[in-house]
Amino acid sequence: MKQFLIFVKKECLHIWRDKRTLFILIVMPVVQILLYGFALTNEVKNAKIAIFDQSRDEATMVISDRIAASRYFDLIKNVHSYKDVEATFREGKIRLAIVFPLGFRNDLLHTNHAQIQLIADATDPNTANMLTNYATAIINDYQKSITQEQELPYTIKTEVRMLYNPELKGAYSFVPGVMALVLMLVCAMMTSISIVREKEIGTMEVILVSPLKPFRIIIAKTIPYLMVSMLNIASILLLSVYVLDVPIAGSLGLLIAESVLFTITSLSVGILISNTARTQQTAQFTSLMSLFLPTLLFSGFLFPVENMPLPLQVISNIVPAKWYYIIVKSVMIKGLGFTAIWKETLILMAMTMVLLGISIKNFKIRLA
Amino acid sequence: MRVLKFLLQKELRQIFRDKAIIRVLFIMPMIQLLILPLAADYEIKNINLGVVDHDHSEYSRKLVNKIISSGYFKLKDYSPSFKEGLHAIEKDKTDLILEIPTQFERDLVKENEATLFVAVNAINGVKAGLGSAYIQGIIQGYNQDVRMQWIQFPRINPQPTIEVTFSDWFNPNMNYRVFMVPGILVMLVTIIGSSFASNNIVREKEMGTIEQINVSPIKKWQFILGKLIPFWMLALVVLTFGFTIARVVYGIVPLGHYITIYIFAAIYLLAILGLGLLLSTYAQTQQQSMLVSFFLTMIFNLLSGLFTPIESMPAWAQMITKFNPVSYFIEVMRMVVLKGSGLSDIRYHILAMLGFAIFFNSWAILNYRKRSG
Repeated sequence: MKQFLIFVKKECLHIWRDKRTLFILIVMPVVQILLYGFALTNEVKNAKIAIFDQSRDEATMVISDRIAASRYFDLIKNVHSYKDVEATFREGKIRLAIVFPLGFRNDLLHTNHAQIQLIADATDPNTANMLTNYATAIINDYQKSITQEQELPYTIKTEVRMLYNPELKGAYSFVPGVMALVLMLVCAMMTSISIVREKEIGTMEVILVSPLKPFRIIIAKTIPYLMVSMLNIASILLLSVYVLDVPIAGSLGLLIAESVLFTITSLSVGILISNTARTQQTAQFTSLMSLFLPTLLFSGFLFPVENMPLPLQVISNIVPAKWYYIIVKSVMIKGLGFTAIWKETLILMAMTMVLLGISIKNFKIRLA
Repeated sequence: MRVLKFLLQKELRQIFRDKAIIRVLFIMPMIQLLILPLAADYEIKNINLGVVDHDHSEYSRKLVNKIISSGYFKLKDYSPSFKEGLHAIEKDKTDLILEIPTQFERDLVKENEATLFVAVNAINGVKAGLGSAYIQGIIQGYNQDVRMQWIQFPRINPQPTIEVTFSDWFNPNMNYRVFMVPGILVMLVTIIGSSFASNNIVREKEMGTIEQINVSPIKKWQFILGKLIPFWMLALVVLTFGFTIARVVYGIVPLGHYITIYIFAAIYLLAILGLGLLLSTYAQTQQQSMLVSFFLTMIFNLLSGLFTPIESMPAWAQMITKFNPVSYFIEVMRMVVLKGSGLSDIRYHILAMLGFAIFFNSWAILNYRKRSG
């Protein structure tokens, strides 16, 4: 036991003395949370638009003003021909162009029917959809304001309630995702690199001739990273509650217990990678390819899994982060208890067992 | 010049003799370009609908049918009570519950007004927003149908109506892949450029082989160029490979000229490689350089507009994107590929990128020390 503790101390010193790496390990989750929480939203606001007004009458002026005043749009240019519209799109300046035909108000007054054309930059389909929705809503409002407010018969009203996240904040889905991503990264990638580093530099030989059991050596390697991960979980949770206003709806103890479980899963993945890789570069790319990318892709926090083709959906089941993401979402956001997530927990446990089993079996005491 | 030639020869040999690097260089683009676009499909479709129908009337059945036939919604759950419907949302079986109250049909016909309840799982804000907008649109349409049944509308519209017509330019089929693939190509060459270059020098440091270079008459700039040029060429090869995949698999052919993209890519790579080299002059171990370059590329990619639009970021984040080379390339790539922009449209982007390239590379040369310790 004493030998073991000395090994743990050695590993801690390794990390502690490499201040730059330690700094990044601790700051990275903070930066990620802040970026995801504040900078990255799919919500569209201040989209740049241009207006091509061919009739320049009272009605078009009012509509233009209303659109320009809305927080969704930012009128940057009045253009005077279709060619101009195209050129402005091509320079990448605008996302939406609004075209009023000649004699807009006349048509509206005399034939009770007038047209407005919305031209969207559909290179980004979702943004285009949202922008045309917003613009249409503003135009409809104007239309309502000119018709006398009269009750129509046979009206169906719809009351919409947004569950869990009434303000539709992006942070609610990002926070659990970042937790999965950071834990995966810190544990798996850093552990595997630090083990392979000893191989590459040659110090592994010294360790292997020590009286400690190989399995204990590996465990000792992982403990400091386990501690760093705990620190990261704490900082992520504190930030999300106090800075991003994402409350922890469920039990904090359960959340932490599940996080420890996932950390152990990630560490065992890291050990497995370090068994196969010979150079740090290979270890890094293997972890990027087999961990980071799948976590990003298949955990469901960045890309909707349900839209993927079936084979990819099947693959997503073997990504541990997916299950952890579901667990965090259920406990932290939905406030559910253990009964709702026992299946996911069991899957993570089974994965950890299998991974650890394989890596212990493959661990080589002899250098090739 | 002769010195540089020998250096290049050395570097190229080193790269080509490392089979692992070559494998990564070609497998990574394949995986990213074949899987990522399939996954990065943000189109909101397949919203899973749960229905709680207390009314069981002809009207409620018609409404549900209309919602399902719209194509956006899939009926996944039919519960007798709201509580059970909510249970389905908790288990992620459904995304949205439509609750139809008892006497919905009677209220609508007799009282002229009926209310429906919709509850949306809003953890994913975008999906919730679009989903509730779609279902409200469909309910409104259904409302119109009901009115048509009961009221005879006069032929000429009694009220002024404004008709809104839509045109979707540059991507009329609203295809997400056309939007994502060019951006992913940028991410690809960025990762290859920055991490390979920085690892390379630090590896020499860690192995100790940099001593040999330090005692040789190689000048600083020759050393930096010798490291830069091979990876510059490799990244351009990978870019070409990527374009081939984009063309063969997705049928994406740039509306503008390939030449425009390659001119910009050439300058861009100088900037990104310069950054990688700069990092390597600071890092002592590969672990450090990997982590730093990983950290930076992650921030660069997240703040590049690849996944979320730049306009919706807050002002401070938009300022950061001005100093982010990746965001310039993503914008240029999308402009040229999707809109057919030419060199004159991207002149400011080119100037900015030249600035980045000069800045990073001169810093890297200044900071490279031939003395150790």
